[in-house]
Amino acid sequence: MAKRIQANSVTAYYGSFKAIDSITMTIEPKSVTALIGPSGCGKSTFLRSINRMHEVLPDARVDGQLLIDGQNIYDRDIDVTAVRRMIGMVFQRPNPFPTMSIYDNVIAGLKLNGVRRKPMLDDACEKALSSANLWEEVRDRLNRPGGGLSGGQQQRLCIARAIAVEPQILLMDEPCSALDPISTLAIEDLISELKNEYTIVIVTHNMQQAARVSDRTGFFSIDRTGEPGRLIEYDDTTKIFTNPSIKRTEDYITGRFG
Amino acid sequence: MSDRTSLGPPSLADNRLTRRRIITDRLATTLVYGAFLLALAPLLSVAWTLLSKGIERLDGNFLYTSMNNIAAFDDRGGAYHAIIGTLEQAGIATIITVPLGVLGAIYIVEYGRGWFASAIRFFVDVMTGIPSIVAGLFVLAFWVLVVTPVFNDGRPGFSGFAAALALSVLMLPTVVRSTEEMLRLVPAALREGAYALGVPKWLTITRVVIPTALPGIVTGVMLAIARACGETAPVLLVAGGNPAINFDPFSGNQSSLSLYVFEQAGVASPYAPARAWAAALTLVTLVLTLTIAAKLLARRNTLTR
Repeated sequence: MAKRIQANSVTAYYGSFKAIDSITMTIEPKSVTALIGPSGCGKSTFLRSINRMHEVLPDARVDGQLLIDGQNIYDRDIDVTAVRRMIGMVFQRPNPFPTMSIYDNVIAGLKLNGVRRKPMLDDACEKALSSANLWEEVRDRLNRPGGGLSGGQQQRLCIARAIAVEPQILLMDEPCSALDPISTLAIEDLISELKNEYTIVIVTHNMQQAARVSDRTGFFSIDRTGEPGRLIEYDDTTKIFTNPSIKRTEDYITGRFG
Repeated sequence: MSDRTSLGPPSLADNRLTRRRIITDRLATTLVYGAFLLALAPLLSVAWTLLSKGIERLDGNFLYTSMNNIAAFDDRGGAYHAIIGTLEQAGIATIITVPLGVLGAIYIVEYGRGWFASAIRFFVDVMTGIPSIVAGLFVLAFWVLVVTPVFNDGRPGFSGFAAALALSVLMLPTVVRSTEEMLRLVPAALREGAYALGVPKWLTITRVVIPTALPGIVTGVMLAIARACGETAPVLLVAGGNPAINFDPFSGNQSSLSLYVFEQAGVASPYAPARAWAAALTLVTLVLTLTIAAKLLARRNTLTR
């Protein structure tokens, strides 16, 4: 049950600073969309406004419309926790809950949202860990702390935790930037498997990664420091990386700036 | 420019430089160890004096009898009533302080924005500096002499509970500040991780943030309890002291271990000093045991790596 994301002139602020200006784009269900661009261009901010995580920071706010299958998640009567349950998120650094075991980490979202039945939780745990390609590695030590795993395993644990609540969209904010190449490969393989079930949006600094995993790519940039980030070009990944229509995109992906 | 004549990296075997560094290193090491030993000396001295002088009267008779009807030339007498007093007063003070203090810290860290939170933090800081005698006087003037007489036919209500109130005033800022520091140490990434799962804020705080900060919070609470157990002046002012056993903290005078030490140190009796030392040793042992027990409990709740 993947869903379509439509952003209609989404503008996000940190206090009085405008971080992204009027982003409009449509992200199709069951696809992988990569957001690339130089540091500070607002791609993470845009990602965080898709599941209303932007407003967690003090004084941060979002203008514009963000439609998930036609429903604006910034409407006044929307339950924020329901939005976040529907739209999972994986962060740059693995952040397993340090006081919880591997098992408790995976089912944290379910348990803290009121699911109590043990067989159901056990099933969900195994299913999520299998989807995250981690089950075989940790099945014998589910009661050990999540912090004891390697960095790559921790990140897959966080992916398992995110998909255990059965979201329809998965947002990934540079999920491999703290990982070595082998763990990165494991996560990329995982992304291509997950796209059969989820709409995936991934922010990455690694353009080879964007080219490898994504179907569509959005290029963000800023005119200069202090200016808000804009969506410069948004097209099929093959087009962006072989024959971009805008000069700035070409300059960026060929490494001439940024 | 340096006075080296040749280019390239300095020779690896520059003897003068190496010697100077070795000497500096030795000097610094000696200073650090010296400072450590200097700081350790009074601690060891206190511990030794306490043990050697306190062990003499620390027996079953001391732990299980009170000072009721003990005359100046009676070599017996004990601190049972004072142990009861300390446990009850510190216990009640803890029951009052921990929920208030932890909730206050949660408000400051997780919810408080703007001037109100800053005002609370400022007044907590001010409270940290309140001398214990002032806390005692506050409870004496407010609770013992004004509130309790209303329910007590006009007689002032000295009690262990009044002492517990005074101790709460002293413990509260310590608990708030230490809990606040510990909550701030919990990485924002953990909170965001929970929010991103659709977990409401209050559940994030109670199930993710507090458990992560728990060992530190327990340490802060134990420090506050240890301080409260050692306070003499407020207990003297509002519980009044009592040579007999009084189990009821809500009515009648009560003693406490620190007050007992104070009294015995000043009593004209050849047997009093030994009793004072024994009570001091009891107090230290009690606080130490509580601290170790609380730390073990807190550690059992977090997973071992």
